[in-house]
Amino acid sequence: MAIETLNTQDRGMSALLSNPNSSLRRLMAIIRELLGNPSSGFGLIVITILLLTALVAPLLAPYDPNAVNLGNVLQPPSAAHWFGTDELGRDIMSRIIYGTRISLTIITIVSVIVGPVGLLVGTTAGYFGGWYDTVMMRITDIFLSFPSLILSLAFVAALGAGLENAIIAIGLTAWPPIARLARAETLTFRNADYISASRMQGASSLRIIVKSIVPMCMPSVLVRITLSMATVILTAAGLGFLGLGAQPPLPEWGAMIATGRRYMLDNWWLVAFPGGAILLVSLAFNLLGDGLRDALDPKQH
Amino acid sequence: MKSESFTAFGRQAGTIFVTLVGLLVLTFCIGRMMPVDPVRAIIGEEADQATYEMVAERIGANLPIYQQFFRYVSDLLHGDFGTSIRTGQPVINDILHVMPATIELATFAILFGAGLGIPLGILAAVKRNKPIDHVIRFLTLIGHSMPIFWTGMIGLIIFYAVLDLVGGGGRVSDFYIGMVPETTGFLLIDSLIAGDWEVFWDAVNHLLLPASILGYSSMAYITRMTRSFMLDQLNQEYITTARVKGLSKNRTIWHHAFANIRVQLVTIVALAYGSLLEGAVLIETVFSWPGFGQYITNNMLIGDMNAVMTCVLLVGIIFIALNLLSDALYKIFDPRTR
Repeated sequence: MAIETLNTQDRGMSALLSNPNSSLRRLMAIIRELLGNPSSGFGLIVITILLLTALVAPLLAPYDPNAVNLGNVLQPPSAAHWFGTDELGRDIMSRIIYGTRISLTIITIVSVIVGPVGLLVGTTAGYFGGWYDTVMMRITDIFLSFPSLILSLAFVAALGAGLENAIIAIGLTAWPPIARLARAETLTFRNADYISASRMQGASSLRIIVKSIVPMCMPSVLVRITLSMATVILTAAGLGFLGLGAQPPLPEWGAMIATGRRYMLDNWWLVAFPGGAILLVSLAFNLLGDGLRDALDPKQH
Repeated sequence: MKSESFTAFGRQAGTIFVTLVGLLVLTFCIGRMMPVDPVRAIIGEEADQATYEMVAERIGANLPIYQQFFRYVSDLLHGDFGTSIRTGQPVINDILHVMPATIELATFAILFGAGLGIPLGILAAVKRNKPIDHVIRFLTLIGHSMPIFWTGMIGLIIFYAVLDLVGGGGRVSDFYIGMVPETTGFLLIDSLIAGDWEVFWDAVNHLLLPASILGYSSMAYITRMTRSFMLDQLNQEYITTARVKGLSKNRTIWHHAFANIRVQLVTIVALAYGSLLEGAVLIETVFSWPGFGQYITNNMLIGDMNAVMTCVLLVGIIFIALNLLSDALYKIFDPRTR
C-alpha cells in the first residue's frame, strides 16, 4: 500500500519534471528501494528525523537546553518533562533535541574530511601503483593497526580535549578503510578499455582519476561512509563520555551520560535517554548502510 | 620452491619492520604534539631557569627533533620506555601491573562472545531467513550499534542497583581488597592459590557483568562473521553432494561445512580478542576496573606523555602481532593457502 503510493508519487514527480534529470530519477529509485525494505526504511526515516530535528531544534525543544532550574532537579519523567530533568534541573529531552545538532556537525565534518582524503589516497595509490602505492598502503596499514577509539583518544590527548579536536581526531582515524576500499576498486578497472581509451586521447592522469575513476568508486565509498558513521557516532560519544570530546555544558549525548553517571543508580533517566538516542542513530546508520549496499551494488542480487 | 618461500619471508619481515618504524614515528609525533612541556612536568612550575636548562639537557628536550626521535628509539631498544610522571615508576612496570586485570576481563568476555557467537552464527546460517535468523541478526545489529559504556551503566542500574544480583564497580568489594597476596595478578587465580573462596566468589560476582557486556559486543562480531562464513560453505556444491549421498543434515553441517570454517573462526576470535581492548577502555571506566583501559584514559586526562606514548605503542604492537598470528594460523592449518 505504502509502496503503491510512493510509486504514483514518483510517477507524478517524473511527469512534473518535464526535463527528467536522470541522476534525480536514480536517486528517487534508490530512496524507493530503501523505503521498500523495512530495516533500511527504518534507517532512512530515523536519519531524516535526525536531520529535521537538528534543523528546527528551537521549535521542537519544550525548554531552553541550558536553563538551570535548581528548584526542579533530578525529576523523573513526567508530563511536564518527558525524559525528566538532570542534576541542574535542565530538561533532558530539550538537551537531547539540541544534541542532534552536535551529532550532525560531527557526522558532516567527519564525512567531508574522510571521503575526499580516502578517495584521494586510494585512487591515486591504485592508479599509479609502484612505490607510491606501497608507501601509501603502509601508512594506511599503520593507521588500521589501531582500534579507532584508542587512536582517536591518543590524538585528542595530543591535541587537547574538546569537540573540534575530537572531530579532527575521528577524521584522522576514519579515512584508512575508505582509502583501502577506493584502492581496491581502482585496481579492478585501472586497466579497463575505457580508461586506456581516454589515456590514448591524451587525458592527463588527474583528469582520468577525477572524471573516470572517482565516479566509479563513489557507490561503494558512499556505502562505506554510511556504515562508518555508525562507528563515528559511537566513537564521538565515547570520547565525550571519557571527558575528552565535547565538554559540558554542551548537550553532547556522551558528555550527558558522563555527568549523569554520578547520579545514575537512583536516577536512571539521566543516562538511559541520551544513550538510547546514541543507540538509535548508530543503529539507523548501520541499517541504512546495509540497505544502500543492496540498492547500489548489483553484485549482491 | 625453497628460495621462493625465503623471499616471501624476507618481504614479510620487511613489511613488519616498516610498519613498526611507522608506528614509532606515529607515537613519537603524538607525544611531541601533546600540550605538555616534558621538562616542566618533571621539575614543576617553580623551578628556576638554570634547573630548567639542566634537566632539558639531560632528557634531550633541547635537541633537534630528529635527534630526539633517534634518542626515543634507542631508549626503547634498550628497554627504557620512560618514567611515568604521575607514579614515578617506569611506565612498563605500571602497565605490567595493570595488565592482568584487563586480561582477566577480556578472557572471560571472549569466552562469552565466542561461546555464544559461534553456535548462534551457525544456527542463523542454517536457518537462513527463518524467524530465528532474523532474531539473531537483530541481536548482533544491536551489539554493533550500542554504546558499550551506556550498556554497562544500564546493566549496573538493573543488575546491581535494582536486582542486587552482581557486585558493583571494582574487581572485588572494598573490604576484600588486599585480602589475598598478589602472586600472578590474576585475582581469580590468586584467590584460588590462597584458598580463599569468599574472595574468589566475590571476584566472580564482580567480573560477571562487565565481562558479559564486553563479550556481547564481540559476540555480535563473531556471530556475523560465523554466519557469513557458514553461508559461503552451505552454498557450495559439495554440501549438496553430501546431502544427495544421504548424509544427515547434522553431519554435513558439522563434519563438512564447519570443518572448513574452523581456521577462519580461530583467526576471527583472535582479532576479536584484540579489539576487546577498545571496549575495555570504556567498560573499565564505567566499572572502575583497575586495568589497562583505565590506565590509558587516566594518563591521557592528566597528560602523562611517556605513559600515553607507551600505551599507544603497545596497542599497535598487540594488533600487528595478532594480525601476523592470524596470517600464520591460516598458513599452518589451511593447506589451501600453501
